[in-house]
Amino acid sequence: MNTAIASVGLGPYLFVSAALLVLGVFGIFLNRKNIIVLLMSMELILLSANLNLVAFSSAHGDLSGQVMVLFVLTIAAAEAAIGLAIVTVYFRNRGSIQVEDVTMMKG
Amino acid sequence: MSVTVFNWTVALPEIVLALSGIVILVAGVLQRKGEGFFPAAILSLAAFLVCGFLVVLSPSGAGYAGTFVNDGFARFMKVLILAGGFVAVALSVSYRTADRRPLPFETPVLMLFSTLGAMLMASSANLMTLFVGLELSSLSIYILCALERDNVLSSEAGMKYFILGSLASGLLLYGISLVYGYAGTMEYAGLVDAVRAAAMPPMGLVVGIVFIVVGLCFKLSAVPFHMWTPDVYQGAPTPVTAYMAGAPKFAAFALFLRVMAGPFGSVAPRWQILVEAVSILSMVYGAFAAIPQTNIKRLMAYSSIGHMGYAMMGLAAASTAGTQATLIYLAAYFVMNAGVFAGITAMRRNGREVNSIADLAGLGRSDPAMALALAVFMFSMVGAPPLAGFFGKFMVFAAAWQSGLYVLVCIGALSSIVGAYYYLRVVKVMYFDAPAHALDRPAPSLLFVSGGMGVATVVFAVVLGPIMSVAHQAALALAG
Repeated sequence: MNTAIASVGLGPYLFVSAALLVLGVFGIFLNRKNIIVLLMSMELILLSANLNLVAFSSAHGDLSGQVMVLFVLTIAAAEAAIGLAIVTVYFRNRGSIQVEDVTMMKG
Repeated sequence: MSVTVFNWTVALPEIVLALSGIVILVAGVLQRKGEGFFPAAILSLAAFLVCGFLVVLSPSGAGYAGTFVNDGFARFMKVLILAGGFVAVALSVSYRTADRRPLPFETPVLMLFSTLGAMLMASSANLMTLFVGLELSSLSIYILCALERDNVLSSEAGMKYFILGSLASGLLLYGISLVYGYAGTMEYAGLVDAVRAAAMPPMGLVVGIVFIVVGLCFKLSAVPFHMWTPDVYQGAPTPVTAYMAGAPKFAAFALFLRVMAGPFGSVAPRWQILVEAVSILSMVYGAFAAIPQTNIKRLMAYSSIGHMGYAMMGLAAASTAGTQATLIYLAAYFVMNAGVFAGITAMRRNGREVNSIADLAGLGRSDPAMALALAVFMFSMVGAPPLAGFFGKFMVFAAAWQSGLYVLVCIGALSSIVGAYYYLRVVKVMYFDAPAHALDRPAPSLLFVSGGMGVATVVFAVVLGPIMSVAHQAALALAG
């Protein structure tokens, strides 16, 4: 076990990452304003999983968790780019990126 | 890393598909603006065909240091996935947007990359491969949904799918991180030991599995994670909807079966009830919510929710027979679903796309061949013998019955009777309602797809023997 993890234990890391996850999920469901805030919440969720992966990887002394984090960071960047592109296209058509305006089709 | 560990020949179909995707993309960029679609589509179709052959011929075994596996199950799923991609590209060839232009040339390329991601999912032997494959497939579909850039419905569909899809991916990733933490490994083989070793799996592992199940249920559009489906199906360009109803669903099922029957197979009683509940909810919701629909693409969305419920019955059975039944159900679902979408893509009046069920009125007289094909698909969706859908439903019901899930089978039978109402309503509109203005003549590619799928739906009974034996081999390969 790595010294930094050994001194405080795994608990605080898991707690912080769980808190980030909850913040992200609530940011998506409670946010009724702007779609950009939704994109930020999604990044929070991915980062919470990354924090978990790095902490576990360090605790297990196993590198695959850290390799996974590199993949996830790349994918998160692609996802953010695609998200912003879709928001731009949507704004051009609709003239607004308010969450309450995304209701042309009723589900 | 030695050559034997690397073993790249097991991934030859994926490598060929990835390279051809890049080549088609570059070739498309070099074309003059607006003329790239047709060659890109033809090249993609050729790439799918070549890959299909390579998949059938590909050797079994593990590669890439145990992150990638090719076996009978992966081959079965990959053939289905490639067929789904092929049909979607074929449907997009004659598609015209609201301003009567073809879709951009990126459409077939993105479908190709999405299919590649789906194939990786079917071959995953490691949670890392699972996630990367899933994201490759999903990210391409987010773009595909919003591809009709001047259409507000299309961009809204893309937006909705993107937000809910990335939320589901995030939850899935969080689940993966917990499973990794409590099992100490990402490889399925290692997970099997970790799950078996503990008499009582640690809480973190169980929570992680639940997160993974939620993420996969979202990709399958199973209730209660279905809310995106009708809107996205309606708003996306029709060939993209056809794509979404095919390949990604097969890939999600491949993952579901691989993860649940593999690493978590020994704790089946713990997740069986969960899958059973999702299956019941999907079947019932799909049957009842479809009744008031007037838009045929929305109708097909609810229909696919219901079908995913039936296919999950085989998974809930948690047996080799159940896996085999799910595979046969998916094959039957593929042929009839692709056929219906060929019919929907053909629904045009004066060059404009129409999507209302009422627009089909009088099709029985104005285009008897297309009406007959659609009627065959609808009867097959109901589960009328001797069409493809009947055998699919029969297999999953039989497998669930053998596993003692009597309640599940009864609810499934009842909900398929309710479902018969809205499928047969389409047939009634086509043959007995006062005719509307005749629809345009369908393009040759659409006739080809709907004709081919119609024949496949009718003769499914004849080829059932070979399909069953292949599916049985696949199920055995999965059970190890």
